Amino acid sequence: MEVQISQCSCGKETEAEKRERIIRIIEDFRGREGSLIQILHLVQGIYGYLPFEIQQLVSERMDIPVSEVYGVSTFYSFFSSQPRGEYTIRVCLGTACYVRGGAEIAKRLTQTLGVEVGGTTPDSKFSLEVMRCIGACGLAPAMMVNDKVMRQVNPDKLKQILAMCD
Amino acid sequence: MVTLTINGKQATAEPGMSVLEAAKQNNILIPHLCYLEDVHQVGACRICVVEIEGARTLQASCVVPVREGMVVRTNTAKVKEARKVLYELMLSDHPRDCLSCLRNQKCEFQKLGELIQISEFRFEGDKSKTSVDSSSPSVVRNSGKCILCRRCITVCNHIQGVGVLNVQKRGFKSVIGPANELPLNNVNCSFCGQCIMVCPVGALQARDDSEKVWQALFDPKKRVIVQTAPAIRVALGEEFGYPPGTIVTGKMASALREMGFNDVFDTNFTADLTIIEEGHEFLNRATAALTGGEAVLPMITSCSPGWIKFVEHEFPRYLKHLSSCKSPHMMLGALAKTYYADKIGIDPKDIFVVSIMPCTAKKYEITRPEMFMNGMPTVDAVLTTRELARMIKDAGIEFREMDEGEFDNPLGFSTGAADIFGATGGVMEAALRTVYEVVTGRDVPFEHLDITPVRGLSQVKEASFTIEGTQPEFAHLEGFTVRVAVTSGLTGARKLMKQIVDGKPPYHFIEVMGCPGGCISGGGQPQPTNRAIRMARMKAIYAEDAGKSKRKSHDNPFVMQLYKEYLGKPLGHKSHELLHTHYVERGRHNQFAIKS
Repeated sequence: MEVQISQCSCGKETEAEKRERIIRIIEDFRGREGSLIQILHLVQGIYGYLPFEIQQLVSERMDIPVSEVYGVSTFYSFFSSQPRGEYTIRVCLGTACYVRGGAEIAKRLTQTLGVEVGGTTPDSKFSLEVMRCIGACGLAPAMMVNDKVMRQVNPDKLKQILAMCD
Repeated sequence: MVTLTINGKQATAEPGMSVLEAAKQNNILIPHLCYLEDVHQVGACRICVVEIEGARTLQASCVVPVREGMVVRTNTAKVKEARKVLYELMLSDHPRDCLSCLRNQKCEFQKLGELIQISEFRFEGDKSKTSVDSSSPSVVRNSGKCILCRRCITVCNHIQGVGVLNVQKRGFKSVIGPANELPLNNVNCSFCGQCIMVCPVGALQARDDSEKVWQALFDPKKRVIVQTAPAIRVALGEEFGYPPGTIVTGKMASALREMGFNDVFDTNFTADLTIIEEGHEFLNRATAALTGGEAVLPMITSCSPGWIKFVEHEFPRYLKHLSSCKSPHMMLGALAKTYYADKIGIDPKDIFVVSIMPCTAKKYEITRPEMFMNGMPTVDAVLTTRELARMIKDAGIEFREMDEGEFDNPLGFSTGAADIFGATGGVMEAALRTVYEVVTGRDVPFEHLDITPVRGLSQVKEASFTIEGTQPEFAHLEGFTVRVAVTSGLTGARKLMKQIVDGKPPYHFIEVMGCPGGCISGGGQPQPTNRAIRMARMKAIYAEDAGKSKRKSHDNPFVMQLYKEYLGKPLGHKSHELLHTHYVERGRHNQFAIKS
């Protein structure tokens, strides 16, 4: 398997630069209703997760209550308010993947990584999540490593996939 | 008009009306739970489902608009079965501890059960985690009792524009609350309690302080003083079966005496006093503005502690616009422990002051450090109208059989100007009656002293008039056109504050009450409170005013006696010490308060 897995570059910017970038993103969306989800998505791209202080910043800049921002960020499993590992593994448990063994993949990963679903390894390398459908039913069972979709995953080959993340 | 068929009968409805409303108008009641007239129509609970011909599935009648020729069935086997299952599923995640719930027999969920009649609990499964947030002195939130109807979210976000409550998380883990599981005391909640007023169950309640008051009443060493806000006397009767708008001032005074309170005082007395202080404060500011001095205008009233907390969070840089007057019950508390304590020769430490308030924010207000005097609270406990009613019943007092009692002096006499403090526009009207007369020596130029433009339930009300024929010492105000505005509810307050922030405030004097309609529909009032009930209470308030022989605060002889004997003059040294206060910059996320 030859796959390029992209890594986040959140370590390379200073805190002030990150905040500036967030403010610019919000300005770009000004006047466009219903853009909170897109903004949070981009912000999570900057931080790797959505720290509460940053959600407060988004709330202030967008002039919407932080209870609403937090409500959205806790509704969608894609958003995380905890720091995530360098690689986020998302196992698809939508119907097609589930019947083709998605649950077994998730189980093996919890054993291999030694974390529960939603958790991050102590070395901050991997975060494990499950999703209810990533829209790749034809490739079932599928999972994602950061933004790459892994098709027809064989539970016995998980170690190989993890080894590529270096 | 739209014509439709409901349960085989021809019915008519206004276009745009929901099926549920149309049915109600045609005398068919569709059971519902989360729907709340004028407030909340989102179809969250689905209890109001009906069959509509041509629709594949059952439809939530509170959100489906009527259509010409629509055929609706509200009482079929399919509808009844769905309703029952929905109810049972909700019940399966409810504590069912009704006997120990404050909403027992006043719970909308319980009432619905009476109608649906289930004979067993068929679904026993996991219960979502219960967390009780009793961090604030005003509002207690019990997520275990919450049925996720979202009415509180609508009120908090769309009616009050505060937005501390929202749905957090998802699915079975959903919980209504502030962001990041923060306790209410740590966020920008105004403690207005409007969420409590719409909660169908006991998930949101006012903190119960009745036990504290019983203990004081049972303590022979304590002199227990009670005072009642203007809005209590027109609402308390509802708790004893009187129709909304019944005035029960006399029975209330008798019941309080029977409960064991040593002095039954009236917050209306200090409402009159507030007008004298606040009126002079306004005149000083207006004078300064017109004579080239420094003056912060518009001046904004400060009687409503929910409004005060809101403005401290949202507009911390504009607190100078607030009148420095304490709210009337805080003034009475301060006077009870100084002026009155001196008069009767009792150590203020032995005095326990209880305020009966239509308000949940007042419970918080008495805990503000600025309200303490030599380390001692000036008001020791605040009870809501609902708590008082429970205590009267608990004491075995037959409220309806009470004689028409009276308040005690010297802190119990009031004019009609004080009565109207309970409704939106009342403080402004009372202030203008006094200010105009002080300046001109004549009555305010409105028929029968009724300043009708500032009355009623509109969100922002305005009035203006020109001062003519001034007394010599107010010659600089000759020809000055005073422009005032009145708003109730925090959304309206935000609008007026934004004008100030934008630098173009068109007014000189603004009255803000935190709850829509004013104190008559405060967070501590009897449930339910809806538009019709608000109107009835408001009418009663103005009737109380109209029936008084004295209707201007400066005509209150006991207030004048207080100045003569004790305070000296309005805004004098003693007044500043006892009757005025200052405010705290808090910041939107309460960040300033956390630091201090």
